Amino acid sequence: MLNYIKLIVLGLIALFAMIAANYARDLAYMIHAIIILLVSAGMFLWVLRRTDEPATLHPQTEYMDGVIRAGVIATALWGVVGFLAGTFIAFQLAFPALNFDWAQGYANFGRLRPLHTSAVIFAFGGNALIATSFYVVQRTSAARLWGGNLAWFVFWGYQLVIVLAATGYLLGSTHGKEYAEPEWYVDWWLTIVWLAYLAVFIGTIVKRREPHIYVANWFYLSFIVTVAMLHVFNNLAIPVSIWGSKSVQVFSGVQDAMVQWWYGHNAVGFFLTAGFLGMMYYFIPKQAERPVFSYKLSIIHFWALIFLYIWAGPHHLHYTALPDWASTLGMVFSIVLWMPSWGGMINGLMTLSGAWDKLRTDPVIRMMVISLGFYGMSTFEGPMMSIRAVNSLSHYTDWTIGHVHSGALGWNGMITFGALYFLVPKLWNRQRLYSLSMVSWHFWLATIGIVLYAAAMWVTGIMEGLMWREVDANGFLVNSFADTVGAKFPMYVVRGLGGVLYVVGALIMCYNLWMTVKRSPAVEASVANAHATPAE
Amino acid sequence: MSDNKKDDDLDYETTGHEWDGIQEYNKPLPRWWLWTFYATIVWGVLYTIAYPAWPLVNSATAGILGYSTRAEVAEEIARVDEANAAINTRLASVELTEIAADPELQAYARNAGAAVYLSWCTQCHGSGAAGSSQEGWAAGYPNLLDDDWLWGGTIEDIHLTIRHGIRNENDPDARYSEMPAFGRDELLSEEEVAQVVNYVMSLSGEPQDASLVEAGAEVYDINCSACHGEDHQGDVFQGAPNLADAIWLYGGDYDDIYETVYHSRYGVMPSWQDRLSEAEIRAVASYVHGLGGGQATE
Repeated sequence: MLNYIKLIVLGLIALFAMIAANYARDLAYMIHAIIILLVSAGMFLWVLRRTDEPATLHPQTEYMDGVIRAGVIATALWGVVGFLAGTFIAFQLAFPALNFDWAQGYANFGRLRPLHTSAVIFAFGGNALIATSFYVVQRTSAARLWGGNLAWFVFWGYQLVIVLAATGYLLGSTHGKEYAEPEWYVDWWLTIVWLAYLAVFIGTIVKRREPHIYVANWFYLSFIVTVAMLHVFNNLAIPVSIWGSKSVQVFSGVQDAMVQWWYGHNAVGFFLTAGFLGMMYYFIPKQAERPVFSYKLSIIHFWALIFLYIWAGPHHLHYTALPDWASTLGMVFSIVLWMPSWGGMINGLMTLSGAWDKLRTDPVIRMMVISLGFYGMSTFEGPMMSIRAVNSLSHYTDWTIGHVHSGALGWNGMITFGALYFLVPKLWNRQRLYSLSMVSWHFWLATIGIVLYAAAMWVTGIMEGLMWREVDANGFLVNSFADTVGAKFPMYVVRGLGGVLYVVGALIMCYNLWMTVKRSPAVEASVANAHATPAE
Repeated sequence: MSDNKKDDDLDYETTGHEWDGIQEYNKPLPRWWLWTFYATIVWGVLYTIAYPAWPLVNSATAGILGYSTRAEVAEEIARVDEANAAINTRLASVELTEIAADPELQAYARNAGAAVYLSWCTQCHGSGAAGSSQEGWAAGYPNLLDDDWLWGGTIEDIHLTIRHGIRNENDPDARYSEMPAFGRDELLSEEEVAQVVNYVMSLSGEPQDASLVEAGAEVYDINCSACHGEDHQGDVFQGAPNLADAIWLYGGDYDDIYETVYHSRYGVMPSWQDRLSEAEIRAVASYVHGLGGGQATE
C-alpha cells in the first residue's frame, strides 16, 4: 500500500518538474527542475520494480548501519570537494587571473565562495553530523533507528539539497544571505528533510533501552531543533513566481541583517559547536577508553551554552545601523559564553587524564585532542573579537576569516577526521585501520596547514585593520583600499599553501580509509554483528 | 555495571550509568572555571548598566555612561573638522595659484589631497596614479604622473576637470568633446582608416605599412588636423590628445589605433562638486598637480 502512495507522489513530482522545466523563467530553475525530474522518475522506476516484492525485515536488535556507511563516504567525498574549492578560491584571491575569462559568471570567486562555504559546512559538516548522530544515538540508546527507511530518506534528501544548492550557486540562484544562500524551493525541501531527521532522532531516543539519555544526544538534539528554527525564520521569503528561482525576503533593512546574523552566528553555535560537541562526547571517551571527566560540568556547560549562544548574533553588526543596545547585548552574551564553551574542551581534555600516554601511541586520539585545542582557541578568540573595541579593528578584515578557519579546519575538521578513523573499521567490520603512520601524516599535514592558514590571516587581518584606520597628523587617511589589498599578497600565497597541505592530508585519509575497507583483516563474523543491547 | 564504582587511580565515583561502554565521573566543576564564569556574569551585568543595553517598550536603557557609537563618531569627525576649519577656509578662498606659494597651505593641501585621492580616485587612476600605464590595468584611465595632459595641466585646468568631470551626464559644465566614429559612421572608407592609422603610427614609431603613410597624411590633413592640429600636438581646449608622442591612452599598436579611428572613444569621468567640498577639490587638484607633471599657470 505504502508503495502505491510513493508511486503516486513520485509520479506527481516528476510531472510537476517536467512542467516547471518547460515554464522555467531562469536557467538555474530549469536545471533544477530537470534534476528533480530525473531523480523522481528514477525513484519511480526503482519503487515500481520493488512493489509487491517480499520486504526484508530487520530485527529491532540490529543496528541500522548502511545509512551511516553511506554518510561516512559522503562526508569524505564532500570534504575533499569543499577543501579543493576553498584552496582554489584562496589562490584566486592571490592570483586574480585564476578567475578565468571563459568561466566568468560560473566559476569566478563570487560564485565559488558560497560553493566552498556550503560544501564544507553543510555537505562535509552536515553529513558528518547526520552520520555520527545516527551512529551515536543507536549505540547510546541501544536501539535501532526509528522510522524504518526514513533515515535513508534523510540521507538522500540531504544530498539532493547539496546538489541543488551547489548547482544553484554556480548558475547564480541565491538569496545572497551568508550560509543561507539556497533559494526558496531548496529551503522548503531542506525543511522537510530536516523534520524527517528530527523525527528519526527523537523516535530513536524515545524507544531507547537505556534509562538515561547520554550527553552526546543532548547536544545533537539541541543542534537539530535549533537549526530547524533558525533555518525557517531566516529563509522566510515569498517566491516571485513558482516558475522561477527568485524570491523576496520578508524582512528588510536592519531587521533582515539582525535575523541573518542571529541565524549566521547560531549556524556556528549549533551546527558547528553543539552538534560537533555531540560528536566529541561520544568519540573521545570511546577512543580513549576512559570515563567522561564530569557529568556535572556537562550539564552546566550544556545549558549555559545553548542559552547564551542564541543571543550572541548582534556582535556581527557592531558599528552598523543596528541600535547600540542590541550590539551591547550581543557582546555581553558572547563574553559570558566563553566559559560555557570551554566547558566542552575541559570535559574532553580531562577525559584523557590517566590516559595521556595514548597521545604518543594513538594518532587518532592525537587528532581529537588537537581539535579540542583549536576549539578552545577559537572559543576564546570569538568572545574577544566580539568586544566592540577589538571588533572595530578586526571587523571586515581577514582576521575574521582566520578565526573561522581555525575553528572550521581545526575543530570541526579534526574531530570529524578522528570520528571517521574510529567509524570506518567498526562499520566495515575491520580489525583496525590500514595504516596508522598515514594517520600521523594526515595529522601533521593538517596541523601545519592550519597553522600556516591562521597565522597568515592574523597577520593580514591585523595589518589591514591598522592600515585602514591609519591617519596622518591632520586626520587624513594614509592608505587606499588597494594599498591594503596589495600588501596582503604574500600572506595570501601562504594561506593557499596551508590549504594545499590540508587537502593533501584529507586525500591521504581517503586513501587510508579506502584501503582499510579493502585490505584490513576482517573481524570474525560472530563478533562482528553489533547488536542493540543495553549496557546493563 | 550499574553500581557506583571507585576508580583505582582517582578517588572519584562514576555516576553509575553506562552507555555503549562509556561511563561518566561526577567530578566537581573546576574552581577556576566556575569563578571565571561568575566573573564574566558579574562583569556582564555591570557592563549593561554602564552601556545602552536593555530594550524597553519604545526605547532602551541608555546606560549610565551616556555612551553612543554614533555620538562617538560624530565627535571624532567634529574634532578633526574643527582643527582643520581655519586652514580649510583659507584653502577654499585663496587664488589657486597662491596655494603653491604658501608652504603651510601647500603641505596641508597635498596631505588632504592624497587622502581624497586614495578614497575616490584610485579605483580608476590606480593608487600610484599611473592609470592605464601600469601593468594589467584596463585601457582608458590617464596616467597622472607624466606631463601629457588631455585637458591641460595647470592647477586651474586640473581643478576644473575634477570639479566638473568629463563627458558625464549630471554636470552641465563637464568638459565635453567627441571624436567622430570615422569608420562606423562611414565618414572614411576602411582603406582610408588603414591609411591614416599608418600615418599616425609614423609620427611616433614605425608604421605597419609604410606605403600607406603618404595617403594617410592627406586623410589626416582633411579629417583630423582640425582637432589634433597640423603639428599633431593635440589641443587641450577640446581634449584632443597629442599624437606625436608615444603616450597612448587606449593602446598604440595598429589594432588599437584602428579601433579608435573606426569606432571612436568616449572616456567619462564623474563630476565631484556635489560629493567633495571645495577645499577637498582644491586639495586633490594640488596633489595631482604636484605628482610630477603639473604645469605652471602662464
